[in-house]
This record gives sequence, structure tokens and C-alpha cells, in this order.
Amino acid sequence: MFATATVAVIIAMVLALVRAFSGPSLYDRVLAGNSFGTKTVLLIGIMGFLTGRPDFLDIALLYALINFAATIAILRFFSYRQPKGAPAEPRPVKPSGSEAS
Amino acid sequence: MTNGYEYEVSPILLVDLSLLTMLLVVAIAMLRSRHLFAVVMLSGIYSLLSAAFFVSLDAVDVAFTEAAVGAGVSTVLMLAGMLLTARREKPFESRRVPVARIAVFATGAALIYATIDMPGFGDPNAPANAYVGQAYVERTPSDIAVPNIVTAVLASYRGFDTLGEVLVVFTAGLAVLLLLGVGSARGGREVSDVDEESP
Repeated sequence: MFATATVAVIIAMVLALVRAFSGPSLYDRVLAGNSFGTKTVLLIGIMGFLTGRPDFLDIALLYALINFAATIAILRFFSYRQPKGAPAEPRPVKPSGSEAS
Repeated sequence: MTNGYEYEVSPILLVDLSLLTMLLVVAIAMLRSRHLFAVVMLSGIYSLLSAAFFVSLDAVDVAFTEAAVGAGVSTVLMLAGMLLTARREKPFESRRVPVARIAVFATGAALIYATIDMPGFGDPNAPANAYVGQAYVERTPSDIAVPNIVTAVLASYRGFDTLGEVLVVFTAGLAVLLLLGVGSARGGREVSDVDEESP
């Protein structure tokens, strides 16, 4: 049963890799990296049960935390581009009262 | 083998093989891609893959460091650097490449040749396992009294070494922050979904 699950997770990893290679937009690649991290967490968990030593399950949980924080940190770098018609304003240095969309 | 150690085809071996294959594919894709954001994301995936591979080698501490530093921190640092420069790699001239290529291939061939002399994986008679490593395994329960021997070696037996490493990493992090500027690490940059080169 665990062997089947391992094969399934590895196939899912390959699929996420394909999206990371070919993903046309930037967010496809972010999502591919995030889901690949999730697959890594699953694979580490399954590998523990496959070898009969599920001691590393807490490590897998920590990976899930790191993966989440890393994705948030990556997405923090991007903000949505202004729509085409909008005038190109420089970003405000301080967040003033009006919300900068 | 004469030392009683031999491979057996286990499911973990197949997992290792598929992980290493994916590592190779990701590395080749990183080399061939000119889209820097894709390279950064692929390097994060590469770190996650090698972390999973380290876990299957029972090197959990190394794997944890690889996942935290490789997939987390260095991805963000490379993104910060990329956003300060350009989003695409410039096309390079292939004139002066052969010298560098010859040097790289010669070094790689020498390293592969050097692995022939290395002891087998998990060999109990290997120098890494025989002398001081064996003493660590024997004496950790009475000396340090922690269940994890790697932790005992890192934090107690080689405590000064670890302190020096932490100092080096801290200095490198400070230098990177000074180079990038603290302001670049917060706030968003304006980027688009599609490539800017192909309107």
C-alpha cells in the first residue's frame, strides 16, 4: 500500500516539475514550487512508513511549515501590475491614508 | 563484497533513483533556461528534492538545513537579487566557452575518478565510521546524554567548529543584506504575468 502511494506521489512530483518547466506565467511556477514542496512533505512521510521507521514524521511537518513560509515570502515580492489605462504612478514611499491598489 | 556489505534492491533504492533522476532533469533545465524567475523557482525545487534525498539517506539534519536554507532563504535572496538586476539572462557569446568547458569537464572527471577509491556506502570499516565516529557513538550516551548523536557532535564535541560556521553564515547574510539593501526585501515590485520581451 505504501509502495503504491510512493509511486503516486512521485508521479505527482513529475507533473509538478512539468508545470515548473513549462509554466508560461510566473504564478504557475510559484504554484508548481509550492505543490512540489507539498509532495516532498508527503514523500518524506511515506518513506518513513515504507521503511517501518516513522520517526521522521515531525521533520515532514516542519517542511510543511517552511514551504508555507517560503511561498508567502516569494509572493511578497510581487504586486499586481496596474491596469493598462491607469497612469503609471511611482509607489508611495510611506503607506498613506489612501490605499495603493 | 568481502566486508559483508552488499546492496539489495529495496523500494527505497527505487525512490532514490527517481529522486536522483529528477535532480538531474531539474539541473539540466536550470542550465538551459534563460528565464531567471524560472531558474530561481527551479533551484528551490532542486533544494527540496535534495532534501528528500538526504532524508532517504538518513541524514535528517542535513536535509533540514537544505530545506530551510536552500528552498527558503536562498530562494528569497536570489529573488531579491534578480529583481534588482534583470528578469532575463543575456545571450552569451559562445566564443570563449571551450576553455571553461574543458576545465569543468576535467575537474568533474577527476572527481568521479576519485570516487573509485571511496569506501562503500555504509561500510562499517570506512575511516569515517571506524575511529572517532565510533567513539562518538559509544560515548555520547554517557558524555552528553542526548538521544541524537549528530546533535551531540555538532553542539558539543565540535562546538567551536559550529560556532565558527555560524559566524561565517551570519557574516555572509549581513554582507548580502548590505549589498541588496534592506529596503529591497520589503514591499512589492511591479511585475507582469507575461514576459515583457514578447508584447
